[in-house]
Amino acid sequence: MKCKNAVNELSNYLDGELDEELKMTIQAHLGKCHHCHAVFDTTRKTIDLYCDGKLFPLPEDVRARLHEALRRRAQRV
Amino acid sequence: MSAGQVGQGAPMSEFQAATLAGDESVLVSEAKAGNYAAFEELVNRYEKKIYRLGMNITGSPEDAEDVLQDTFLKAFEHLAEFREDSRFYTWIVRIAVNEALMKLRKRRSSKEVPFEETEDQDGEVLVRDYADWKPNPEQTLAREELEQILRNAIQSLPPGFRTVFYLRDVEGLSTEETAQLLNLSIGAVKARLFRGRLRLREELSKVLKRG
Repeated sequence: MKCKNAVNELSNYLDGELDEELKMTIQAHLGKCHHCHAVFDTTRKTIDLYCDGKLFPLPEDVRARLHEALRRRAQRV
Repeated sequence: MSAGQVGQGAPMSEFQAATLAGDESVLVSEAKAGNYAAFEELVNRYEKKIYRLGMNITGSPEDAEDVLQDTFLKAFEHLAEFREDSRFYTWIVRIAVNEALMKLRKRRSSKEVPFEETEDQDGEVLVRDYADWKPNPEQTLAREELEQILRNAIQSLPPGFRTVFYLRDVEGLSTEETAQLLNLSIGAVKARLFRGRLRLREELSKVLKRG
């Protein structure tokens, strides 16, 4: 398998959407190719880093304005 | 006793019990019946996620605040139309995504690539940097420093890429749900996710790679 073909399947591989044969072929390639292994591994790390939910916390003043706007709207009902 | 508080020895209302048990359908029913405290409890549950969605898609604190307010105001006004055949959160995410995309479309003077015209749509994907990273960036960098790096990287993506990346990889929506929400084909969602992931990785590699 060529590196280009392996990288083209990166997303499907990470999402577990490949059939068993192609998955094994890619795993064999990753075992031999340090470059592709690094790309696959660091792409998975990229996703993991964004999944911890700590980016962009809700500022307290923004939250207060939201609840004030909702209370004002509710009082009009 | 005010709504949302549980008094010692006092029998719990259905709303209070639902709040403690995390029973969303009861909260929605109570909110539909005019119980504002029940609606506020739903807001409390999801306000952080909706703000994060706004920040991730629009990249602007002002727009994210508008998205947050407009989403919950619309949810309040249209709650009677929520048919409860999906989760409440799925319903408000749909509202929030539409609000965020409208913000992007209004930026006519912006230099950002419009959502519908995401670059690299059909071109070949080239990996320019095969470098491995230093181990455990979460442990080797200060938390604030790493968060700033992650914020800068996602903001550097075109809106069409970062929206798909956010919905699929952070929110955990399926490809089909994402396609439906964004009015895209399954193939377009997959292509944007693939390119978005690789570009995000390359942005992070500039800072996190070894050597």
